[in-house]
Amino acid sequence: MTVISDDDTLSRVSRPQDIRVDLLLIARAIPPGSRVLDVGCGDGALMDYLVRERDADARGIELSQEGVNACVARGLSVVQGDADTDLKDYPSKAFDYVILSQTLQATRKPKEVIRELLRIGRHAIVSFPNFGFWKVRAKLFFGGRMPNTGTLDHPWYDTPNIHLCTVRDFVELCESLDVTIEESLAIDSKGRPMRFASRLWLANLFADQGLFVLRKNDS
Amino acid sequence: MSEGRKAADGVETTTDGSARPGKFAVLGAVTPLKLDCGAELGPFTVAYETYGALNADKSNVVLVCHALTGDQFPAGENPLTGRTGWWDRMIGPGKVLDTDRYFIICQNVLGSCYGTTGPKEINPATGEPYGLSFPVITIRDMVRAQAMLLDHLGIDDLFCVIGGSMGGMQVLQWCASFPERVFSAVPIATTSKHSAQNIAFHEVGRQAVMADPNWHGGAYFRHGVVPHAGLAVARMAAHITYMSEAGLTRRFGRNLQDRDAFTYGFGADFQVESYLRHQGITFVDRFDANSYLYITRAMDYFDLAADSGGALAKAFQGTSTRFCVVSFTSDWLYPTAESRTIVHALNAAAARVSFVEIESDKGHDSFLLDVPEMFTVLGGFLDAAARARGLGAGS
Repeated sequence: MTVISDDDTLSRVSRPQDIRVDLLLIARAIPPGSRVLDVGCGDGALMDYLVRERDADARGIELSQEGVNACVARGLSVVQGDADTDLKDYPSKAFDYVILSQTLQATRKPKEVIRELLRIGRHAIVSFPNFGFWKVRAKLFFGGRMPNTGTLDHPWYDTPNIHLCTVRDFVELCESLDVTIEESLAIDSKGRPMRFASRLWLANLFADQGLFVLRKNDS
Repeated sequence: MSEGRKAADGVETTTDGSARPGKFAVLGAVTPLKLDCGAELGPFTVAYETYGALNADKSNVVLVCHALTGDQFPAGENPLTGRTGWWDRMIGPGKVLDTDRYFIICQNVLGSCYGTTGPKEINPATGEPYGLSFPVITIRDMVRAQAMLLDHLGIDDLFCVIGGSMGGMQVLQWCASFPERVFSAVPIATTSKHSAQNIAFHEVGRQAVMADPNWHGGAYFRHGVVPHAGLAVARMAAHITYMSEAGLTRRFGRNLQDRDAFTYGFGADFQVESYLRHQGITFVDRFDANSYLYITRAMDYFDLAADSGGALAKAFQGTSTRFCVVSFTSDWLYPTAESRTIVHALNAAAARVSFVEIESDKGHDSFLLDVPEMFTVLGGFLDAAARARGLGAGS
């Protein structure tokens, strides 16, 4: 596993209050002037940042009415829709980057969704909670119950997260889909990059979240 | 109209000295309007109304497009009827279409009956109403007539074109016909083409009108009658399509009208019957039967994709307009799937598009009603677009 870059610069980047550190990590992986689709864009914080700070041409998809309202009021172009059903409406190679942040585990068909991301975009950026995180393992192992952590904060009977995976699972899925992992990053529970977790087994054990930049092999 | 003399831009004065409210313009005197059916129309009159003030660089113009039986008086009191305008909730100081900020134009569409040339108006060549000698018009013809009015008013660009239902069709047509003139577009509760079901409902309405013996092949004006019954039935059938089943149930259920038991007859036993009859009867007083035929026909002919070689995305190719597409969950006349088709095409054309499906049980007519979520979304969209266009906040 290779780390995106030296992250000392992170603290020096002037950033608005409203963008989370993990979103900032995604933003930093995107070159200025890119065409970007943010799938599950929430209130549009990342898109807003990309438009203002990275001169991006950004579009979004969001399921919740409140999220769409917030985005539209910000002047962002956001379509109410669902990652599982509405990605097919987008033409191929329409975007430089398609982002799926903290949403993969809530989709019905994650494998299909990743295929679609890489059909629509030349690159995909995917982040998800790591079910291999030691705290998750410990809660299940010692507590004997479905783990609740800061990132996974729903009870088992009321969680949108129906397809949880570990960092290692995800890497294997990418291999089976013939997808190249261009960059990858282990993120701690505060959303900060973990520079020491540069090997897969370390990341799989210590990362709270995984962040991957993907590319289809034949493109 | 032969009875009147019209100022190019102002109150029309009739020969008996009375004034018709609103503004009028005579267009197409030099270059007639070439209609899709091949006929040419000119000179013709358009009736319109404006709200707010045009700014110095003419960058704050909003064109409001009305629906099938709408008129040019969406805000304040309608001077023709004395009733509140059909979009008064949307238009006014501090409202979504803020008259302190925007200059709003609404034009009665070609073929209608509120002052713009249509089958009810006098054909100067014959001295009697056009009736069925009026050429069949299309949504595109309506939009061309609107563009001619803007030219007449010296306005090049629209900050926004907005409208629901048939108004939304005009919005889409504007974006396809004159993309460079439209900064932002808001098609609400609309469709890019009339479906078989849409056409079928309209055909029921037209057949009801034409089956009325008072219709006289469209020449009822010669007989001093109006096809009341036919037009009322047409309206009743159409009105059902504007409401949802849940809305009808919530409002009327199976409640009886001013009675405790069935009468075992065919009077209006049920409240919903009484309501529909009322809708039909009041409609006849305010709308022309032939206009109803012409405008429903124009809507049936609407198919933006067919006009663009079969691919809707081509209609929007290269557009830089900002779109906000809105649909309502309970609208079964132009359901959300139709809006998604539009959004899909706009995405394929790499357009800037936002889309919201708003939860409402009020059916197709939701766009005319008090649906706060719609006001929130449109307010946010227009505000952001106004900032991008360099328009300041309303006073």
